[in-house]
Amino acid sequence: MSSRREILDLLRENARHTTEDIARLTDYSESEVAEIIDEFEEAGIIRGYQAVVDWNAVESDEERVRATVELNVTLDRETSYDDISDRIAKFPEVTSLRLVSGDYDFDLEVEGDSMREVSHFISDKIAPIPEITQTVTHYIMESYKEQGMEFDDHDDDDRLSVSP
Amino acid sequence: MTFEPADRVDSVPPSGIRRFFELAEEMDDIISLGVGEPDFSAPWAAREAAIASLERGQTSYTANRGKRELRERIADYEAATHNLQYDPDEEILVTAGASEGLDLAFRALLNPGDSIAIAQPCYVSYVPGATFAGIDVIDVPTRAEDEFKLTREVLESSGAADADALVYCYPNNPTGATMTAEEMASVAAFCRENDLLVFADEIYADLTYEHEHTSIATLPGMRERTVVFNGFSKAFAMTGFRLGYAMAPPEAIQAMNRIHQYSMLSAPTTAQHAAMEALDNCRDEVTEMAAQYDRRRKYVLTRFEEMGLDCFPAAGAFYAFPECPWDDASEFAESLLQEERVAVVPGTAFGEGGSGHLRVSYATGLDDLKEAMARIESFLD
Repeated sequence: MSSRREILDLLRENARHTTEDIARLTDYSESEVAEIIDEFEEAGIIRGYQAVVDWNAVESDEERVRATVELNVTLDRETSYDDISDRIAKFPEVTSLRLVSGDYDFDLEVEGDSMREVSHFISDKIAPIPEITQTVTHYIMESYKEQGMEFDDHDDDDRLSVSP
Repeated sequence: MTFEPADRVDSVPPSGIRRFFELAEEMDDIISLGVGEPDFSAPWAAREAAIASLERGQTSYTANRGKRELRERIADYEAATHNLQYDPDEEILVTAGASEGLDLAFRALLNPGDSIAIAQPCYVSYVPGATFAGIDVIDVPTRAEDEFKLTREVLESSGAADADALVYCYPNNPTGATMTAEEMASVAAFCRENDLLVFADEIYADLTYEHEHTSIATLPGMRERTVVFNGFSKAFAMTGFRLGYAMAPPEAIQAMNRIHQYSMLSAPTTAQHAAMEALDNCRDEVTEMAAQYDRRRKYVLTRFEEMGLDCFPAAGAFYAFPECPWDDASEFAESLLQEERVAVVPGTAFGEGGSGHLRVSYATGLDDLKEAMARIESFLD
């Protein structure tokens, strides 16, 4: 028997599956699938649907520069991680923001049209935030796998076209 | 003196799938639903274990029966997943694919002139394998109205009671049929009553979607008369590694090993290293692949229903076996290939009982599967 979780898995695999196809792939009817997806959206379980883009494959004049940034912060009685994250997450340049364990506190992903733009964003907008004590920026040079999707897995289908 | 094929070779016609394969190979851009192996590559951890074993220089023969560490893992795995208890020292033989195991059983456990009942439609190697071993074949065609399950009725009506052994494969290639514990029990009773050995090809045992697989060797009075065959090809997606195993009482394994030690020496060493890793660390991948097959299965069965194509709800392996809407399934498959560039295999390629049907493999990525179904639909219109 299919579970509601399976619908999440299918959408994570391909958010463009139609409700009709999801019904065919599971034990749910099409209207049940639509209903469950609505519920996921309303409950904030599904937050959105996005394409996984391999920027290396995009024409050069539309290049995007991405960087991950390590942030160290200091907290005081009035300021929590949530307060700081609120201020950082609001910038549209920030594509992801996570609190992590280890040597630094926040793991930030930033996107811009050029290295210059990204550098300026970090130095002008992020570094000056009073609680931030240190930033270390790593530009992404090549991306091999995003959101579980390998860009070139080299696993060619070399099977015979018909076999017993 | 010139080379002439020996009589036993001459007596076996070329595989029925061959002609179709040649036709498909000549064409570009086809979507093939004619493939009898997983579309997934072997789990990465298993591949890496194979590479690491090569780097360590582990390239010698192993024990004839296979590495002991592998046989131990196989014993544990079969106990945990199929409730089978076999001793790794005496009762397990690692072979180059389950196919080698079957060939060994035919030659080591039956005499020329003995007869074997073969449940059909079936994998293409059973009948030739028996013939090469000089064994007479009793065809046991299963029926569409029984959803291609093996029943006491078809065993009786085909004269299987006179056979020395029975061979079958469930979950089945090419039909996708499975047998419940109850249905298997009636086959077991028939084999006990008529004193038949059983060669149970369980290569698809981990790919069932409606109910758990029941091995006939777990049923009362059956372990002592059964050889169970399994391997890493299907569930672990490791076909090219060529690694399988046979499980049976010591005297059967001893006899099979007597041939194996001279003809094969030992199964491929690199593959044995990959298989150990597969059993240790790749079971989640097996579960995930099975979940993917199940979704595709539902998709294919639903699409056939929408097209008005009769198909029983196949619950195992990665095959559906719809009824062919034309009288001649080979002609249908050929036209479908030529007009819509979709390959399926006519059921006749798999022996008695397969005629009038098509084997549709859903071991194909979902995008291709969707496109293939759309093409079949437009072909039918």
